[in-house]
Parts: sequence; C-alpha cells; structure tokens
Amino acid sequence: MELVWVVGQKIYENRWVTQFKTGLRERMCLDIIVCVKHVPETAEAELKIDVTGKGIEKAGLVFDINEWDDYALEEAVRIKEKFGGTVTAITVGPEDSESTLRKCLARGADKAIRLTDPKFAGSDAYATAKILHSVIRNLHFDLVLTGAQAGDDGSAVVGPVLAELLGIPHATMVKKIEFSDGKAIVNRELEGGLEERLEVKLPALFAVQTGINEPRYVSIMGIRKAMQKEVKVMGLADIGLTENDVGEAGSWLRIEKLYVPPVEKQAEFLKGSPDEIATKIVEILKSRGLI
Amino acid sequence: MTEIFVLAEHRQGQLRDITFEMLTKARELAEKTNAEPVAVILGKDVREHAKNLAEHAKKVLLVEDAKLENFNSEAYQRVLSHLIKEHKPILTIIGHTSYGVELAPRLAASLNIPLATDCIDLAFEGDTLTITRQMYGGKVNARATLRHAESYMVTVRQAAFQAQKPPTPLNGQIVEVPSPLTEEITTKRFLEYVLPPPGGVDITAADVLVGIGRGIKDQSNIPMVEELAKMLGGVLACSRPIVDKGWLPSDRQVGTSGKTVKPKLYIALGISGAFQHVLGMKNSDLIIAVNKDPKAPIFSFSDYGVVEDMFKVVPVLKNKISELKAQKA
Repeated sequence: MELVWVVGQKIYENRWVTQFKTGLRERMCLDIIVCVKHVPETAEAELKIDVTGKGIEKAGLVFDINEWDDYALEEAVRIKEKFGGTVTAITVGPEDSESTLRKCLARGADKAIRLTDPKFAGSDAYATAKILHSVIRNLHFDLVLTGAQAGDDGSAVVGPVLAELLGIPHATMVKKIEFSDGKAIVNRELEGGLEERLEVKLPALFAVQTGINEPRYVSIMGIRKAMQKEVKVMGLADIGLTENDVGEAGSWLRIEKLYVPPVEKQAEFLKGSPDEIATKIVEILKSRGLI
Repeated sequence: MTEIFVLAEHRQGQLRDITFEMLTKARELAEKTNAEPVAVILGKDVREHAKNLAEHAKKVLLVEDAKLENFNSEAYQRVLSHLIKEHKPILTIIGHTSYGVELAPRLAASLNIPLATDCIDLAFEGDTLTITRQMYGGKVNARATLRHAESYMVTVRQAAFQAQKPPTPLNGQIVEVPSPLTEEITTKRFLEYVLPPPGGVDITAADVLVGIGRGIKDQSNIPMVEELAKMLGGVLACSRPIVDKGWLPSDRQVGTSGKTVKPKLYIALGISGAFQHVLGMKNSDLIIAVNKDPKAPIFSFSDYGVVEDMFKVVPVLKNKISELKAQKA
C-alpha cells in the first residue's frame, strides 16, 4: 500500500505502465508472496510404502500443485488483478517441483523462486518455514498467502510459523479476504459451517482454505508466456541458514515409520458384475425396509 | 510435579467436546509419566467452565480477561507463553481444530517447543514423545518422534480419543491467574461470527442420503445420482470437494466443517473417506460405499462395500429399483 501522486507514466518492472488517473489518491498496490508445494495426487491412488519404510513409492503418481496452494495462488492473482501489484511464487523442492512454479507463472504469477539443496532433505514443516522465511524476509511484501495445509503431510504448520518468524499477524483456514482502510477483513472457517470475521493489520499472512475461489484454467498463451519467465533457484549457501537449521537437524519431527492403517472394521464386500452387485444392494435395502 | 497442560476449547458459552477427549488422554499420559493433568481455560466469565473442568483435572488454571472474550490467537499466545514459561509443562495438548491450528504452530515456534500436529495417538517412551498421525488423506499412518526437549506441544485430532469421565470427580484446585495482557491486541481483532446461510434442504432430517465425493468427476453427472436419491426417498449430500467446486451448496456438506448426519441409509459414492467426512456420517444406521480404490478408508466405516466404478453400478441399481417399484405398483 502506498500513497502516490499518480501522473502519466511510471516505470514498473521494465515495462511502461500507463496510469490514466491523475490526482492524489490512495492506491492499493499489493506485493504478494505465495508459498506453494509440489505434491503427489493421492485422493484416488492406491499407495505403497517404499523400501525405507519412511516414505511412499512415488513411481506412477502424478504430481501437481498442492490443492490448498492452488486456491492461495488464485486468490493472489485475483487481488493483483483488482488492485495492482505483483505475485511471487516460492517453493521448497527439487527440480521436478519446477512444473508447479511454471503453473503459477502461467496462471498469473510474475516471478518464481525455487529453494533447493540436498541438505533440505528431511525438513519438516518447521524447517520448511525457516527456509521460506530466510528468503521472504529480504523481499518486499504486503501479503503472504499459503495453503491452509498440504495434501501430503497435512501439518497446517508452515503458514503460522512463517508469520511468527516474519513478525506479522496471520489467520488460517481463510475463506474470504477483503480490504478496508489498509487492513484486511477475513472470514475464517470454524466447525459446523460457522465462520468468524477478523480484522487483521497488513502486512499479514493468510493460510487459505479450499473453496475460497474457483481456480482458473491455464491458457495456452499463459503456458507459453510462463516458459519464457525465469525461475530463480537458491540453495543453502544463498539464504543465510546453516545445516543445523534445515533437514532433520532443524526439524521438530522425525518420521520413524510409515504404515498402512490397520483395519479395525471392514465392510462386507459385495462382489460380482455390476448387475449382480445392484441385485445384492436391492436385497439389502429390501430386508431393511428401505424400499 | 511436572504437569501436562490441556487447553480447554470453548465457543459461544459452550465447552467443546474435544476438551474432554484431550483431558482423558492427558490423565492416561499423566498416570504413566507421574505428571499432573492440568486444564487451562482462558476467557471472560468462564468460572462455570472451570468448575466443570475441575472434575476432569487435578488442577485448573483460570485466566479471565475481557480481552479474552472471543478467541484471538494473538491474545491466547501471549497468555499461554506466560503460563508455559512459568509452569514448564512437559506437554501442552491443544485441539487440532480451527482454533488450534491458528494458535499452536505460532506459539510453539515463539517458545521453540517442538510441535506435532493432528496427532491420533501419543506416548512417552522415557522422555521421548512418540506420536502417530495420518498422511495422504488418511491412507498412510506415520509414527514419528519429536526432537528431544524439556517441553513438547501437540495438537490432536477431533474424536481420536474417546472422552471418559474419571471414576470419581478429581475435584481439581482452581487456580486463578491474573491476566498478563496489559494492552489491547490491535494487530488482529475478532469482529463477529458469521452463520451459514439458511439452506433449502436440511440433510440432517433426511432418512436416506446419497453422498457424493470426488469420484463424481463432473457436475454434469450429479442429476444422474440425484435421481437415485429421489427414488430412495432421500436427498443428495456430499463431501467437501463438491462444495469447494461450487457444484452443490454448502448445506449439503457432511463432515466436521459441514453437518453431522445419522440417516437410516447413507450411500457413499466416490467418497474416499477422509476423517473430516467420516466424523459427520459414521453413525448412520446403514452405510454402503462404492469406490474404485479397494483401500479407500471409507470401507472401514461402511457396512457394505463395492469396489467398482460408481458409473457402472448406479445406472443398474436405478433400473433394479424401478423394476421393483413397478412390480409393487
């Protein structure tokens, strides 16, 4: 947010942007950082534990932007389109996570940064927040958006810890963001359909809940443009952290073992052709007096 | 004596169920570790709650302040930091609820206390805290340890522990702690509660619900399934992704962020069974689930399961029901 005397033209990102409005007015102009994660889509996949016993077999899984982050990115782009400003997408991840950043660029992000280092391996949500913080603290921002959680580990930790490290207020499970008098008014999701409205001073961090908007499809033009944009890559040496801050050493949590949850109760499976299955269902419903 | 803190969660004058679930687990852990279960309640005019909590804990820390009237994570963080520094509990347990996820990570980071979120089980082995949590939407469980520390923090999943009353009320001592909040919190302010818009359909009143999830694939497939619901004299319900996509209004959503239902029949079509959804429907009288993934968690909560493409089963099922109705008529 800045108070500017808007006249004629202003150099912005090496492009000439024509401002038609003149006069002294308050201009909302938000620089937004969106933190995204590249995760496997597992909702409809059958998962197997890998040989280490501490991860899942990734072969055959399709990776994409974390669903919650997808909504966060869309929200950032919508705010930029409404008020002006920039959107920078940041991820922590190896080379294959670049496709998620390309997607962000294609959908309207202006810049992308990928933080990667072999030493980052084993980082939990806390270590990841520290890595993100080490870079974001040197950038100008009015707003930081993250997803409320990630579909893989479901920690819901990175956003609020990042806000603590940055020393800015935050809100999680955010379902609506509006701006008024240099402050944000947000709706947070509570339980049972209830929401609460909060007023939060900017700069702030919001961890976005799914359903806050309808993420747009990427256009072919967008993808072409995105391919030409640069993704900045930074490692441990570039961000001012030590080995002890990241990876397992810098984490709160260490995974000892993954396993498929034991089945306490199992459904009785109805087998056969769709016709036979349907017949069995009808029999069950009849016997219960439901039809 | 070392203490185990449980943060009591309350809203609009009601202590929330998770408080008693956490206290039950805290008592069990306290017994094994020779610690004392302590309930911590923050609020305005919450003395009655404190009395209630005293039956479930050895001690209740009560902090009353007008600034704590409505939940505000900033205010809670300041008060809890003060209490944790003072008491040095071996463990602080907070609900993995909307309030808990707003508060716990930031509080833990500010105090440099290791935190594990959304835990479904907890155990001390010596002074190492081992936790169990779920990953990948409940398809995988992870056992993990927290970095060694003098104080730990966890958030626990709703309904992960069954709330039980102690055999005899503990008559815990209520300790009033003066509020450490000296100034108004200005960075973040609670404004109001927003009630869900009144919906046209009350799914909690229906005898038969047909619930749809991601497996429905496209909005254009919904009428086909809605017809099945109507044939059974029921209505259509859904899991969260369907509301997120705007395909059905939020009053059709079953789960922690939607409605809790208990119909005579719940047919789950293309619903994997994330715990948020399951908590809203697991007490239905009869549950039949159709899902392509044989390992979908929904099958652990269903009476009957069908591992098949819903688009192959539903049309045939509709035909069979029509035939039956024609015979009867």
